[in-house]
Amino acid sequence: MGSSEPPSWPLRALQGFGRFFYDFLIGDTPELFVGTLAALGVVALLSVVEGWNALAAATLPLLVIAMLVGTVLRARRSAPSPNQRA
Amino acid sequence: MTAVAVHSSDAVLIAAVFLACAVEMVEALTIVIAVGTTRSWRSAFEGVGAALLALAALVVLLGPALVRIPISDLRLIVGGILLIFGLGWLRKAILRAAGLKAKHDEDAIFAETVAELEAMADKPDRDHLAFVMAFKGVFLEGLEVVITVLTLGASAHRLGLAAETAAVALLVVGIAGALVAKQLSGVPENAMKMGVGLMLVSFGTFWVGEGLKIRWPGGDAIILLFVALYAVVAWLLVRSLVATELSPVRSAAR
Repeated sequence: MGSSEPPSWPLRALQGFGRFFYDFLIGDTPELFVGTLAALGVVALLSVVEGWNALAAATLPLLVIAMLVGTVLRARRSAPSPNQRA
Repeated sequence: MTAVAVHSSDAVLIAAVFLACAVEMVEALTIVIAVGTTRSWRSAFEGVGAALLALAALVVLLGPALVRIPISDLRLIVGGILLIFGLGWLRKAILRAAGLKAKHDEDAIFAETVAELEAMADKPDRDHLAFVMAFKGVFLEGLEVVITVLTLGASAHRLGLAAETAAVALLVVGIAGALVAKQLSGVPENAMKMGVGLMLVSFGTFWVGEGLKIRWPGGDAIILLFVALYAVVAWLLVRSLVATELSPVRSAAR
């Protein structure tokens, strides 16, 4: 028998909660997590420059679209071929 | 902002919360009905009750904490979370619509859960397995509902409206489930997920901008423009994926 004690239920609950949030925010699409942080950084920089509000407002949705296209294309590359799917 | 703009923002909020809650409720209900019909209704209901209590405790803990965060910080954090979450939903819905990913099939999930449970022969009156499966199903799906309602509601200062909408969605799907007493495979889940994804991403864009003090042209009415813009992009992506899948070059290359 193993000598280590199984974790107590509060610890298991905490681990489960942590796992849920990892899957919720990162999971199998880490590019969305990283991309969103990068987009926030870029737009935050643009928004602090005097007179660049319009540019910041236009950049944010464009970056969101770029992330969507990027993640879908990444998924398509790793999708099984039609023969494998059949 | 004008009354029309406020209404448009509320309408998108209601639609987003309602659809998100309905989708999660369908998924939770499928598991609960599978557990109840194959193992023990009593233990399944106890699992549901325990999960609802745990979710209520989370709301009590998280709700007041969210209200204390400065609104611009809250909107930035919530906007970021909604973008990640919404883009994930949209990605899955696009891949499913293009046939690159299997559709979420409630019939298959129901059959899978039933087979798994029936393989475990003994069914005592107080069924621990049924309790745990019902609890996990309701708690995990419910957690997503809680996050959606709290984040969208708190950021928009419309927590009451978001909670009421969620309650109505859960009630509608719950009554429908009780009436048909089987899995809700007839629900057009992928279309609903696409709609929720579009709205979450649109709200996410808006709240991130607000958190960064961007002055949106048209105020919160721009959320509707975002929904339309992202819907067009999603549609183009589905069309392009379908066309690529059907092209002889890609098929031959595989």
